[in-house]
Amino acid sequence: MASDIKRRHEDWKSGTLTKALANMPERPERTVTASSRPVETLYLPDQLRDKAACQAYLERVGFPGEYPFTRGVQPTMYRSRFWTMRQYAGFATAEETNRRYRFLLEQGQTGLSVAFDLPTQIGYDSDHPLAAGEVGKVGVAIDPLADMEILFDAIPLDKVSTSMTINAPAAVLLAMYVAVGSKQGVAPEKLTGTIQNDVLKEYVARGTYIFPPGPSLRLVTNIFAYASEYLPRFNAISVSGYHIREAGSTAGQEIGFTLADGIEYVNAAVQAGLDVDQFAPRVAFFFGAMTDVLEEVAKFRAARRLWARIMKERFGAKSPRSCMLRFHTQTCGFTLTAQQVDNNVVRVALQALAGVLGGTQSLHTNSRDEALALPTEEAVQLALRTQQIIAHESGVAHTVDPLAGSYYVEKLTDAIEAEAETYIKKIDEMGGMVQAIEQHYPQSEIERSAYRYQQEIERGERIIVGVNRYASEETIQPETLTIGEEATRRQIERLNKTRAQRDSVAVSRALDALEAAARGDENLMPLILPAVQMYASVGEICDRLRAVFGEYEESAI
Amino acid sequence: MSKAGPKRILIGKVGLDGHDRGAKFIARALRNAGYEVIYTGIRRTPEQIVRTAVDEDVDALGLSLLSGAHNELFARVVELLQQENAENIVLFCGGTIPDKDIPHLQSLGFRRVFTPGTPLAEILGALEAELAGKR
Repeated sequence: MASDIKRRHEDWKSGTLTKALANMPERPERTVTASSRPVETLYLPDQLRDKAACQAYLERVGFPGEYPFTRGVQPTMYRSRFWTMRQYAGFATAEETNRRYRFLLEQGQTGLSVAFDLPTQIGYDSDHPLAAGEVGKVGVAIDPLADMEILFDAIPLDKVSTSMTINAPAAVLLAMYVAVGSKQGVAPEKLTGTIQNDVLKEYVARGTYIFPPGPSLRLVTNIFAYASEYLPRFNAISVSGYHIREAGSTAGQEIGFTLADGIEYVNAAVQAGLDVDQFAPRVAFFFGAMTDVLEEVAKFRAARRLWARIMKERFGAKSPRSCMLRFHTQTCGFTLTAQQVDNNVVRVALQALAGVLGGTQSLHTNSRDEALALPTEEAVQLALRTQQIIAHESGVAHTVDPLAGSYYVEKLTDAIEAEAETYIKKIDEMGGMVQAIEQHYPQSEIERSAYRYQQEIERGERIIVGVNRYASEETIQPETLTIGEEATRRQIERLNKTRAQRDSVAVSRALDALEAAARGDENLMPLILPAVQMYASVGEICDRLRAVFGEYEESAI
Repeated sequence: MSKAGPKRILIGKVGLDGHDRGAKFIARALRNAGYEVIYTGIRRTPEQIVRTAVDEDVDALGLSLLSGAHNELFARVVELLQQENAENIVLFCGGTIPDKDIPHLQSLGFRRVFTPGTPLAEILGALEAELAGKR
């Protein structure tokens, strides 16, 4: 009967909710509709009469801030605090990117998100032959610590949280962040943010791997151990489905493969001797949002419920925090079109709305010109304004999980959860995600979905406005951002200057010690930190690790 | 020297960019259209791409890049092809390429530049026309 739900609602109000409000009261703004009707924090199926249906609701949907977290990880969700508005940004050198960060913070952005260039992501310095043409192109070039100091100049790291999209060399960039913090007088335990540190999906979809899976997983767990001891407020990983989705997966595959990656990391950490409830609360996730709003909302709800169950049943997690799937959302870049670029503003708004209705903890909105180039400042500002309009004007942030109870959304949530679970079971049978990747299983599943999707567009079964329907002759493209070779020259100049000025004996000693440790099995973070503080560069540190770990290479087909 | 059998196309991912959704789609679609297709996999150097193109004696080479490094890296591929006297290979490319860069790429010898949203039928038609009468 509904009395079960009413009773649990009273428990929730006096327990979970009261505790949450004591920590974080509701925002002072009025939570009323456009017609001034008051909006409650939470709406429940209080008309439900069937006992089995009540039971099913309590077990599978339940209350926000409580297991299985289907309705969200916070009891009040956005009534206390909006999601973090976090635009992924970085280009050219640290100077230009620092200016962009300060601009975004002035415009009301609430967190930073660092995009590194490809050489940095693959552990090459800007003067490496393989870096030619790529320096500063898709993100900011970082070589030694000197670059990171400029990147965060006049940005107080005790006030701003920072997400860093860095994977294979994550340990090096995290060490640099800690080093910049200490130069600013901010202790490691005060630093907040997220390091992506999800190397498995690099083999599946994104491609910025360096080492083979074995040593890569060691570095991941080294970061877990270091973070749980010294960086209690930092997310030690962001297990990422975004790139899997961008490579062409379905929503169910995105959740299945991402949570399977998550399982592999938790396994590796447990095997390395870490206690689940020590590190699991610092595991975060990252998903994409396509334009199919309701399927995306269902996907986010399904992911929360499934991960909660995995943590509790598979890993025996006792802390509710270990069972919470907290996630960042980025609108899917794949959906942006080079034709009629203004249409992208509308797509991004719908995708961002899906992220918010799905209960995201932070959000990046793409800019309208990103099918052409890196975004201009004007385009980024509009993307940020899109989030602000959803937050302040749409009203969807007034109440928790507003689409719960929709027949369609609940059905889709169940279906996506079931599809994801089938994939996880299949991967378990293969011996885990590393084995599945080696057998090209997730890769070929994604490729099949991507091919099918594109064929549907080619055949006109899927309409892309402005591309295969309502196309128009266009002659003028908007102004785009160009990263010139001049940035590369300045970057290499600074690198050479740092190399000339640093204590080269101390650098060699630190690098030798790191290489020796890499041959053993100790945690490498405490050896990487002094090396970066001596101004050893990302490339120099990664070269020492390459010498020990070897390199991974994708085969031709 | 004349070759028998279907025309051969190499799809190459040059540089450090890992975005391979487009390259894999084109490779598969060309295969389904009857071409013999080799896909290099991601993160190849210009040297590796040209080596494969010459060793495999391909009729056409399609480069894909989404990182914005196309001007530099594609030029290097063309330079190496010239050193190998392999200018007879039909060059085409695709990816995140702004309109303003297209004339430069064409002057390097790229017969076609396919930007995002180009219909597959248009790509197949263009390649058929470019490869007609070759060999």
